[in-house]
Amino acid sequence: MAQFKAHSVLPGFNLALGYTLLYLSLIVLVPLSALFFKTATLGWGGFWEVASSDRVLSALRVTFVTSCAAAVVNVVFGLIVAWVLVRYRFFGKRVVDALVDLPFALPTAVAGITLATLYAPNGWIGQYFAEYDIKIAYTPLGIVVALTFIGLPFVVRTVQPVLEDVEAEVEEAAASLGAGRWAVFRRVIFPALYPALLTGFALAFARAIGEYGSVIFIAGNMPYISEIAPLLIVAKLEQYDYAGATAIAVLMLLISFGFLLTINALQWWVSRRGVR
Amino acid sequence: MVQVQARIATHESKGVTLLLIGTALLYLLLFLGLPLFAVFYEAFRKGWELYWAALQEPDAWSAIKLTFIAAAIAVPANLVFGVAAAWVIAKFEFKGKSLLITLIDLPFAVSPVVSGLVYVLLFGAQGWFGEWLSAHDIKLIFAVPGIVLATIFVTFPFIARELIPLMQAQGKEEEEAAVSLGASGWQTFWRVTLPNIKWGLLYGVILCNARAMGEFGAVSVVSGHIRGMTNTLPLHVEILYNEYNFVAAFSVASLLALLALVTLLVKSLVEWQAKRSGEPLHHG
Repeated sequence: MAQFKAHSVLPGFNLALGYTLLYLSLIVLVPLSALFFKTATLGWGGFWEVASSDRVLSALRVTFVTSCAAAVVNVVFGLIVAWVLVRYRFFGKRVVDALVDLPFALPTAVAGITLATLYAPNGWIGQYFAEYDIKIAYTPLGIVVALTFIGLPFVVRTVQPVLEDVEAEVEEAAASLGAGRWAVFRRVIFPALYPALLTGFALAFARAIGEYGSVIFIAGNMPYISEIAPLLIVAKLEQYDYAGATAIAVLMLLISFGFLLTINALQWWVSRRGVR
Repeated sequence: MVQVQARIATHESKGVTLLLIGTALLYLLLFLGLPLFAVFYEAFRKGWELYWAALQEPDAWSAIKLTFIAAAIAVPANLVFGVAAAWVIAKFEFKGKSLLITLIDLPFAVSPVVSGLVYVLLFGAQGWFGEWLSAHDIKLIFAVPGIVLATIFVTFPFIARELIPLMQAQGKEEEEAAVSLGASGWQTFWRVTLPNIKWGLLYGVILCNARAMGEFGAVSVVSGHIRGMTNTLPLHVEILYNEYNFVAAFSVASLLALLALVTLLVKSLVEWQAKRSGEPLHHG
């Protein structure tokens, strides 16, 4: 049998590993396993009934479509923001750079009520759209706005360090061989950024799928239209339908876990290519 | 002439540069600047008196207290765990290490609502331990302990995630040297490891604290929303907002926005200090 642990002169392995595993199990693994045991009480038939009900399916659809739309917005604008922060110098750049992390630091409920107020038909931003009969708050569009806010730092922060590492010599070489600026970006810079953009997309997307606090204030929460899956879990819990709530949670968890694995695979791929 | 050519080749034209900067700033203004300004604007809309009145309300006070209690337990608990996990992962080679790292990240992949739900399934009235708990007159769900547990769950990976890559990058030569010169394990940790990771540790603590104080979804599920008893600040904001008491809602929200700004400021200072002392921080 191969050894479980390589020899080391450093002490504390047993104590630290034991504590790590105990704490991890008590706080995370045992509670999460309760989800699967509770779902098992439903049986396959019961699980399928919950999972395939119209309301659950439309909530999942709303969740995934809006999360994907917000992540795409963040990929496009996150790339521009990262580019501007790395390549140009302008007044107030450090403040702007620090502010990018605001969605990580600002509690989601605060973001939710503020965005709902701004994008409501009589809000500072919403009023300009109301003139053209476009409603943002209390529609799926409002959900996209909230999720864009929540996911904003992910793409910027994954692309930024990669962009910093792109060597000027490579660009100069391409330019001296006659490539125009756009061609240099498309053929030299973009391929280097591509894995980081994907990772940023996946992170923003995964975060958006589970998001609750910022969305519920701006969504309007209309069943079949602007009701997200996490809200449906809460609704089922409030009716003491624990099994139903758990079934939706397990569905979401399986999907999210798939994404976590994808992210890790992407990061492995990125580091193997030596881009980061 | 030659220089001008070279410049054009590796830089964008002036127009494109301005367009990109303009687009980026407009986007950030629309999604970050304006909301941040709006929180304070809405809070002070009806003047200082109403702002102060909203904050001095007894329910607001108990929400502030509960928020601090939850963070004061969750952050140290996850700090001890983070250090232990990082020590094991960074300083030793053993089987199943990458699985362990993935499991530590698990709470980030779980919706906040589900984070609360799992504790309801365990400790709620119909939960696994529900009967036993009610027989012994212990209340965890819809009470303070549930809120603390949910807060610990959602902030679980923050400090470990910060320390693991940092300590891995630093290697174990310094600790091995200390131990082979006769230092005990604790001495090695306090005198060699800790000074090397102090900025990363602080960085993780700040992010962990911000999330602990601002958590909404998970806490909302286990809280039961009992005013003055089981409401944290974010939950108090929700209640006030749903009662159309917008000035009070934004007044309380402004406290949390202030917390966010302080978090960003301290975070930038820590990044700056870490850069100066050559300790590489892991972002994200």
